[in-house]
Amino acid sequence: MARKLKLRIWRGDATDGGLKNVEVEANDGEVVLDLIHRVQATQMGDLAVRWNCKAGKCGSCSMEINGKPRLACMTQVSSFPEGEEITVTPLRAFPVIKDLVTDVSFNYRKAMEIPSYEHPKNLAPGEARMEQIDVERSQEFRKCIECFLCQDVCHVVRDHEENKKSFAGPRFFIRIAELDMHPLDMLKNRKQKAQEEHGLGMCNITKCCTEVCPEHIRITDNAIIPMKERVVDVKYDPVRWLGSKIRKREGIV
Amino acid sequence: MTSLEKHKYDVVVIGAGGAGLRAAVEARAAGLRVAIVCKSLFGKAHTVMAEGGAAASMGNVNEKDNWQVHFRDTMRGGKFLNHYRMAELHAKESPDRIWELEVWGALFDRTKEGKISQRNFGGHEYPRLAHVGDRTGLELIRTMQQRIVALQQQDAKESGNAESHIKVFAELTITEILKENGKIAGAYGYWRENGNEVLFEAPTVIIATGGVGKTFKITSNSWEGTGDGHALALKAGANLVDMEFLQFHPTGMVWPPSVRGILVTESVRGEGGILTNSLGERFMFKYIPEVFKDKYADNEAEADRWYLDQDNNRRPPELLPRDEVSRAINAEVKAGRGTEHGGVYLDVSKRIPADVIKKRLPSMWHQFYELAGVDITKEAMEVGPTCHYVMGGVEVEPDTAAAIGVPGLFAAGEVAGGMHGSNRLGGNSLSDLLVFGRRAGMGAVEYVKKNPTATVSEKAIADAAARIEAPFSRAGGENSYSLHAELQEVTHNLVGIIRTGKEVEEAIEKIAAIRARSANVAVAGGRQFNPGFHLAFDLDNMLLVAESTAKSALLREESRGGHTRDDFPGMSSKWRQVNHISSFDGKNVNVKAQPLPPIPKELFDLFDIHELEKYMTPEEIVKGGSN
Ligand SMILES: Cc1cc2nc3c(=O)[nH]c(=O)nc-3n(C[C@H](O)[C@H](O)[C@H](O)COP(=O)(O)OP(=O)(O)OC[C@H]3O[C@@H](n4cnc5c(N)ncnc54)[C@H](O)[C@@H]3O)c2cc1C
Ligand code: SF4
Ligand code: SF4
Ligand code: FES
Repeated sequence: MARKLKLRIWRGDATDGGLKNVEVEANDGEVVLDLIHRVQATQMGDLAVRWNCKAGKCGSCSMEINGKPRLACMTQVSSFPEGEEITVTPLRAFPVIKDLVTDVSFNYRKAMEIPSYEHPKNLAPGEARMEQIDVERSQEFRKCIECFLCQDVCHVVRDHEENKKSFAGPRFFIRIAELDMHPLDMLKNRKQKAQEEHGLGMCNITKCCTEVCPEHIRITDNAIIPMKERVVDVKYDPVRWLGSKIRKREGIV
Repeated sequence: MTSLEKHKYDVVVIGAGGAGLRAAVEARAAGLRVAIVCKSLFGKAHTVMAEGGAAASMGNVNEKDNWQVHFRDTMRGGKFLNHYRMAELHAKESPDRIWELEVWGALFDRTKEGKISQRNFGGHEYPRLAHVGDRTGLELIRTMQQRIVALQQQDAKESGNAESHIKVFAELTITEILKENGKIAGAYGYWRENGNEVLFEAPTVIIATGGVGKTFKITSNSWEGTGDGHALALKAGANLVDMEFLQFHPTGMVWPPSVRGILVTESVRGEGGILTNSLGERFMFKYIPEVFKDKYADNEAEADRWYLDQDNNRRPPELLPRDEVSRAINAEVKAGRGTEHGGVYLDVSKRIPADVIKKRLPSMWHQFYELAGVDITKEAMEVGPTCHYVMGGVEVEPDTAAAIGVPGLFAAGEVAGGMHGSNRLGGNSLSDLLVFGRRAGMGAVEYVKKNPTATVSEKAIADAAARIEAPFSRAGGENSYSLHAELQEVTHNLVGIIRTGKEVEEAIEKIAAIRARSANVAVAGGRQFNPGFHLAFDLDNMLLVAESTAKSALLREESRGGHTRDDFPGMSSKWRQVNHISSFDGKNVNVKAQPLPPIPKELFDLFDIHELEKYMTPEEIVKGGSN
């Protein structure tokens, strides 16, 4: 049942750091976060790690496990072959604060740059009528738990600090898509803005973001690609653009 | 003390869950400057984990629903120990609070007519829970978070500064609520990132810190649920009410051990899931209490028909209030009819097609598949009780959410007491957060009109700073991780789901002993993001909460809702007239009995008199409510 495991944990801060080897016991059914907690409680009382729900719902425990961006609370220890070392390091795209904790404020700044939802002025609370099928498209994107793994993996910013200024990242492309597809949202030009102000054009559809998303949101297929396609459409055909916005209001009684 | 970070605000909201964020929005709407402080990143508060839904009698699925029915269900669920006024406000205002979320961009699941869909839940007479699959809490918190961002964008447009009126201080722990001359003057805390200290000066503080689950060994709560607000309020001179009542949710995961306690939403039962023991018996039929006999089906045929025709059949007993289901599961396991890992079976696979399960319960499917290797569309889940919610909390004035006894202090959400009586109905928390979060915001607005400023004295600052420094200056003392584990063991074994007077007495002694040792907790490492240091403070709070719970549990010699005494198994109408009030004298928690506010006639008259006879004394029945 319980077995000894070798774990390599990155320890350090903004100035300096490196991998530390530890041996830790692992029980059946445990996830990587369990191991980190055990190390914390028995060997390294000041080991820094973020977590909350331990059930893949809050997106706090994001880190890189053997180089891959993952949620530590949803990564089964048994998914690694016996004898394989497990290496945990902080998210690479964001500055380290300490150990496994990084400064993810970039994402909160980007959230601030996306124009908010605009409710129809004359639609009183309780009067909205929407079809399930129409809300589902946006609901897929609202499943996002803001783990920022997609932001971390995206090569546009992963090793290119200079791109961060003009690139919102996949998490916020789906936010824009969500609002764009929201049956009631009144703000126009969301797609154009994504292209012109939030760096949609810098994405070259590698799909890495979709691959790491723990919520299995089809970031590229359902958000990025449709937006890119329609941006092109609209550039050439303003009438069609108008039509899409009018259709969007059909849901309102 | 040269470089202490200082801020001045009108309101400091401690907590960025549903309650805190709703309070902040309300205070901001009145033009106040608000600081929102939370221990985690913005958007990660416990509320994010809520699954099933938010209860509001919108009547979208069954037109017969209205606030009166919701009020009755809430009082019944709480076994009539609820503060009637809170239950009344909650039932009346919940629909508006849900609709308002839609105005802010929330996307709930829909009915065929395009309205907000509502689902069945334990103890609710009609389908009442607005939901988004089984991730309703995420929708709620994201909507509130995005509402705050929208307001900040508006401020940026108007004043050039997005944080001119609302600023979120994420990953900052409040360690003290400060008073001057008997009134609130601010709050003190430290940044988790670097341990640096922060002073907030403000005439009002709204506590919205959520629950206490981490006091217990098996819990559905995250690390944040350490009862900070409960303890901060006690220390600031406020009271806690009815801390003996804890909700043990009947269905937590039991296997593998590392996920023990993680919640399995009640929607699984609401959608048709049934509970069976190791003999394959659908055992809940045996556990329908007398008071619920006329509302719950006593045979399988009727229980099954109810899903299709709710008007002519009684509800399946799987949907009894949580305390009843938890006790039943506990009894089955004790009698040797449990599963291999000490739970019972919960099964949806035989009643609902796989694709519907995946659509209606996506995160449950995910959770079991990834964490337990169980495919719930094909197999049964193993489940057992887990500590989930605290009904007890800060004693407040219902209309304003003002904490009784401390001018300028407010409390809303799970940290506030009274609303849910001895047992909370599922879905009533999310709506509670919105209803009383808003009211706390309004309460603060009114208070600030008369008390616009506050200043904290140098002495208070020095004291608060000394407390934070203390664990670093002790050498070789106790380890906070092991003390926490010991406390969890005590609460789990001695003040858990079933209690006896003797056990609780033992718990009180043991908690006191751990508390004495906790005065010697020493912290290794520095101040920079140091979980050992963080836990030292959380531990202190959990110990006060545990003491309050144990002492209240000892006094209440009956079984009711989330308090089951093996030595007093019955419910007594005498005890229904009593709230237990905890206060803190600087050394110990003291608990005293206080009469429950009598229910006014117009609310009394909403009930069938025969139902009230099951709960109230003959004198109360004759009196027929107060006027
Ligand atoms: C798994 C699960 C599922 C649930 N499902 C449902 C459901 O379907 N329906 C329902 O109605 N209810 C449900 N509940 C209950 C409900 O989610 C909670 O009661 C509710 O979310 C609590 O909200 P809150 O705003 O009071 O506090 P929380 O959301 O718990 O937030 C507390 C906030 O306070 C902050 N805080 C705490 N202490 C400090 C401190 N010292 N300094 C600074 N900040 C501090 C935290 O960081 C956090 O931001 C569920 C609970 C769980 C655990
Ligand atoms: S598909 Fe686009 S957004 Fe996603 S990782 Fe690749 S470049 Fe980044
Ligand atoms: S889109 Fe997926 S990967 Fe990106 S932040 Fe959201 S949940 Fe995480
Ligand atoms: S701890 Fe919440 S997602 Fe891992």
